[in-house]
Amino acid sequence: MNREDFPMLNQDIIYFDNGATTLKPKCVIDKTVEYYEKYGANAHRGDYDISYKVDQEYENVRGLVKKFINAKYLEEIIFTAGSTESLNLVARGFFEPLLEVGDEVLITKSEHASNVLPWFYLANTKGVKVNYIPLDDNHYVTLENVKKAITPNTKVISLAYITNVIGDIRPIKEIAEFAHKNNIFLVVDGAQSIGHLKTDVQDLDVDFLTFSAHKMCGPTGVGVLYGKKELLENVEPLILGGGMNESFDNENEIYYKDLPTRLEAGTPNIAGVIAFGKAIEYLEAIGIDKIADYEKKLRKYLIDKLISIPFIDIINIESDSGIVSFNVTDIFSQDVAYYLNKYNVCVRAGNHCAKILKNEVGVKNTLRISLYFYNTYEEIDELIDLLSNKEKILEEML
Amino acid sequence: MDENLRRDIILDNYQNPRNKEIVLDKRYIKVNSNNESCIDNIDIYVLIEDDILKDIKFSGEACAISTSSTSIMIQNLIGKSVSESKMYIENFENMVQELAYDNNLLNEALVYSEIYKQGNRKNCALLPYIGLKKAIKQYEKN
Repeated sequence: MNREDFPMLNQDIIYFDNGATTLKPKCVIDKTVEYYEKYGANAHRGDYDISYKVDQEYENVRGLVKKFINAKYLEEIIFTAGSTESLNLVARGFFEPLLEVGDEVLITKSEHASNVLPWFYLANTKGVKVNYIPLDDNHYVTLENVKKAITPNTKVISLAYITNVIGDIRPIKEIAEFAHKNNIFLVVDGAQSIGHLKTDVQDLDVDFLTFSAHKMCGPTGVGVLYGKKELLENVEPLILGGGMNESFDNENEIYYKDLPTRLEAGTPNIAGVIAFGKAIEYLEAIGIDKIADYEKKLRKYLIDKLISIPFIDIINIESDSGIVSFNVTDIFSQDVAYYLNKYNVCVRAGNHCAKILKNEVGVKNTLRISLYFYNTYEEIDELIDLLSNKEKILEEML
Repeated sequence: MDENLRRDIILDNYQNPRNKEIVLDKRYIKVNSNNESCIDNIDIYVLIEDDILKDIKFSGEACAISTSSTSIMIQNLIGKSVSESKMYIENFENMVQELAYDNNLLNEALVYSEIYKQGNRKNCALLPYIGLKKAIKQYEKN
């Protein structure tokens, strides 16, 4: 769908690495240029017309994000550099002051590094314990296993909505309900889900949600931290400086601004945020449900064909997202990726930043296809054609 | 070098890598070789006595170019002195980086003489040398 909107697709490539980043439609690129060419002043000044215009454009995007994820208040939307920064801000700004020695954080072994390392940091500095929810045979998280994994010391559950290697969609709403009954906070890493699955933070009732613009057709270097207002009020800013302070005279008299500005120190990525707004409008015009539906069909088409190739081992046959991880038997994933690259097919090889997942699936490195709405059945046919001949892969991978 | 011969040597050393085994013997210097841009990750074990590289082994998971390059490097350097090895390393690196080198020294490693044409694979060929240099440095420090 909508291939004509993406200038990158004018060249001869098949892009299957949407889990890493998505391509940008022309309207998003144009919006970036519009800022730099027409009103390229700083935000939050407003003393002259173009500066006022910047403020309007920038804050307008906060409204678009609020509507996109159905947040209750504008102040619940904090702009960051990306999901990684957002997760660090939650772990360090909210949970570091709150958690005590012996408190437990629950994650899984299929989380991305960004949802592992900030918690390991708290384990090493605060004596917090990081525990893992056991995954089922399909490497899924089930509510039953969450129930089994919690203890009276569990204070936080932090999970990706969709994981970046297995691609499973977690039952977030059910987990949130259960967590809250037990006074446990729920943090959701939405990096892989936000552009693929309708996200309603009030319906899901998550405490924090993090995501990146660049994985939903927006620019790189922009992300969001959503938090329930009463919780965000207690997030300590990790970055101090211009924009976020109200006044200061000496070290004892410092006053910070209110949300959301308090957590957005320094000149933000103005062009990025403004262009991000265009990405949201663009995706909404297509319809997230329509995207999800199409991806599901594409994935089924891909899986059905991959299964028929005897020397391909699929890690996640079952999965409702557009992510498929697999290996060609006895060939290192990176060599297959190099081979596909010779035919301008872009796929990712490696551990995909999920370095503790190998303990769970028994495979360290995989090839990953991550689909988006501009991928086509014909592209999948070409991929399958290239993967069907193992002799050819061995012949041409060098 | 003939294209088919080149491919045969690389594939042979990839599919049947020589000296690939985990070493527990404490006399060996163990170093890790990895680079940030890819997922290759190998351990290299080097036994150096009286300035001679008496034995070298490796273990780990890596792509065809890295694995074969490691296998070939090890076969070429077992029994060589530390100074001969350094000369070999320098020549190999120069070859990969398109600088002047002495092709009489490199034997089978000449299969990578045109690897520079695939920029993203240069680091694969160089991977084992990162570890070997670390091991020699450690030996010299002691």
